[in-house]
Amino acid sequence: MTTTIPLSITVDGEQRDLDVDPRTTLLDALRERLAVTTPKKGCDHGQCGACTVLVDGRRVLSCLTLAVAKDGADVVTANGLAPDGGSHPVTEAFLANDAFQCGYCTPGQVCSAVGAIDEARRGMPSAATADLAGDDVVLDRAEIAERMSGNLCRCAAYVNIVTAVEEAASR
Amino acid sequence: MTTMDARSMGTSVRRIEGPDKVTGTAPYAGDTVADGTLVLYPVQATVARGEITAIDTSAATALPGVAAVVTHLDAPRLADDGDPEHRVLQGTTVHHRGQYVAAVLADHAEVAAEAARLVVVSYDEAPSTTGFDPDGGSYTPSALGNGQAPDSVVGDPDAALAAAPVVVKASYATPMEHHNPMEPHATTATWVDGRAIVHEASQGADLARQTLATLFDAEVEVSSPHVGGGFGTKGFLHAGTVLAVLAARTVPGRPVRFALGRRQMFETVGYRPATVQHMALGAEADGRLDALVHDVVGATARYKEFVEPAGGSSRSMYAAPHRRTSHRAVPLDLDAPTYMRAPGEAPGSFGLECAMDELAVALDMDPIELRVRNEPSVHPENGLPFSSRGLVECLRTGAERFGWSTWDRAPRRRLVDGWWHGVGVGCGTFPAFRMPGSTAEITFTGGRYVVAIGAADIGQGARTVLTQIAADALGVDVGSIEVEIGSTSLPVGSIAGGSAGTASWGSTVVEAADRFRDKYGEDPDDGDHADAATPDNPWAEEFAMAAYVAQFAEVAVHADTGEIRVPRLLGTFGVGRILNPTLGRSQLQGGMVWGLSMALHEESVVDPRFGEVINHDLAGYHIAANADVREIDAQWIDEDDGYVNPMGAKGIGEIGIVGVAAAIANATYHATGVRVRSLPITCDDLLTDPAFG
Ligand code: FES
Ligand code: FES
Repeated sequence: MTTTIPLSITVDGEQRDLDVDPRTTLLDALRERLAVTTPKKGCDHGQCGACTVLVDGRRVLSCLTLAVAKDGADVVTANGLAPDGGSHPVTEAFLANDAFQCGYCTPGQVCSAVGAIDEARRGMPSAATADLAGDDVVLDRAEIAERMSGNLCRCAAYVNIVTAVEEAASR
Repeated sequence: MTTMDARSMGTSVRRIEGPDKVTGTAPYAGDTVADGTLVLYPVQATVARGEITAIDTSAATALPGVAAVVTHLDAPRLADDGDPEHRVLQGTTVHHRGQYVAAVLADHAEVAAEAARLVVVSYDEAPSTTGFDPDGGSYTPSALGNGQAPDSVVGDPDAALAAAPVVVKASYATPMEHHNPMEPHATTATWVDGRAIVHEASQGADLARQTLATLFDAEVEVSSPHVGGGFGTKGFLHAGTVLAVLAARTVPGRPVRFALGRRQMFETVGYRPATVQHMALGAEADGRLDALVHDVVGATARYKEFVEPAGGSSRSMYAAPHRRTSHRAVPLDLDAPTYMRAPGEAPGSFGLECAMDELAVALDMDPIELRVRNEPSVHPENGLPFSSRGLVECLRTGAERFGWSTWDRAPRRRLVDGWWHGVGVGCGTFPAFRMPGSTAEITFTGGRYVVAIGAADIGQGARTVLTQIAADALGVDVGSIEVEIGSTSLPVGSIAGGSAGTASWGSTVVEAADRFRDKYGEDPDDGDHADAATPDNPWAEEFAMAAYVAQFAEVAVHADTGEIRVPRLLGTFGVGRILNPTLGRSQLQGGMVWGLSMALHEESVVDPRFGEVINHDLAGYHIAANADVREIDAQWIDEDDGYVNPMGAKGIGEIGIVGVAAAIANATYHATGVRVRSLPITCDDLLTDPAFG
């Protein structure tokens, strides 16, 4: 038999214990072992962003993350952003601005947006930031488009995604 | 003819399933996680053509956790439905590299993948041809992918070209492109008491059911409540679905899940085939066309014919007394091509609309005026009047909004901060039709109207707009309507395809609503119900019906690197009534981004030695990302067309992409003076052209 390794993570506020094959990605651990199917698999190669979740508050591609490397981590998916069934400013803004069509990339976009807004608040620059030395990042449309470009959307809801992130960031 | 009154139609009702999508709780086909589910991993052919001589599955079968390895030697037999793509594991012949030759079922994905690698397949390889050579051996297909005849001729186009004072002749090339919806195809199948229960990513659950029922000679149920994009690849069933249902049959009672990997999306689910389009336009000095010729050579698969109808829109776009379209096909040992967003019109508009731009340059005429001058009063081939045709109004309205007249027509005039700027226009059309064969059922229950029809929501918003249509047809608020779609447990629905989904289902819902009111009046009792089949459109043979668009692009080209950006895109559409402005704008803009992506990014590159798409992932096959898209705007003209359907709505799924690549190519010429006649347009196309400087 394949060796398995015990793992304990918090997923959307709930503690989950499981044994995983060391080859198992965080994405497969969530989807296949824990039946948490909010993060989607668009490529399994870190090229599309559909699997984006927040791990200890930062956006990560769960398909490029080995589950065993995240023992003890706090994982939040798009379904866990608002505790107790409330709404979250990012998901609200996505709904209000029709920032999706088929919805398959959307849970990843939403988590990525939460991460991107937080990164900007912490002053982290992007390729679109003019003043790399400054510590104030203004999250304008060009900044948002740049920071959200790791999340592909084949329905191409990009314009509305940028508007939604702009709106959520201003709240 | 007048359209029905609108109260909800024309308003921006939010997507009904929106909350489920933003939280990721809407179930897609790969999201079904039942205990005991087996994961399928395929073994795929490593030769482009040949025969399997042996398969050794012993090492794979011995791996702990493997439940079954299925090959052609032991796979259940399938009925022949006439589609060679569906003959999965039925014999030894390999038609293309990547074809499924075995399937492994295991408890976990990692084990299944590992076991698949341990299956040893031996081949007797045959010589193959997989590189598209437009001058290689071609043949005349029996029909185009849209069912039309391959050739059409009016008058004597060659003589008219010889006599025309101004002639433009040029050839344009479009590459192989893959759909790549973000959700790869996925199937979860379970056989219970001789019935197959299938959760499928499908643009038409009933079409999937019919196909599987024929192949397996069994009862089949298909559900497909949410679909992560289709764009044509999830219409007709591909081999992967058949493989999953076939493999599941060997393990009755256990769910089998096959979610394709991204690489398999380049190997087994179709694509838009490459074309070369030979255009010839002959005109008078005032711009009136004497002759319009569009001769297409396109790739197809040797084992299954699909011919991209790229010359199709040249049959109706412009008036010309002498005209010809033709299509020839070059057979290749590849996976079979299929419908991809605006099949025919998307690549065909690149040839036609770039040639029109070149003609405008040759005539020293505004390209908008050239098009207006060639506006036909009736369909130029069949003589039918148009039910409505907004092209000229789209051109005029769009030009105004875009600021077209503020640009000098001469190329290579505007250099700003090291970037050449230019503008271009490209037009397009897409037919508006209705598919037969749906049934809608309306039941009054608990004070609400439940509207059931096996329609598909692939992101276009069917659930939402059918709710709006039903509300208006019944004369009630949207809150009183509950629409059920996406399952074969409901009355039959035609597919989401051909930009005809909403037109077909909507017409059916309206008919059912009329019957319901006729039967029960305004005050029905609980349980009252009525149903109706899709009514024929009495005007279908009387009018030519189509959507139109004028696309405007501004490009900026870096003077040193040749990098091309698209700061602005504007599409002005004549598409009848827009049923939901927010959702409609999303869909049209999405189509326009596809056009941008087609213009600048997308190309599947086949290695002719092996018959493999070498850029088979999203790092190698570029689709437009967020930062590629700048200002993009879709607007529409007021158009009241009572002939297309009671709602007055023409389909909008495909028209958005049409004409965009030409607009960008024409704008690139205007910016730089360099004419690029093949897609995608890349920096090296510009840098290697002496005219770029
Ligand atoms: S699935 Fe992880 S980036 Fe695509
Ligand atoms: S909404 Fe369909 S891929 Fe983004």
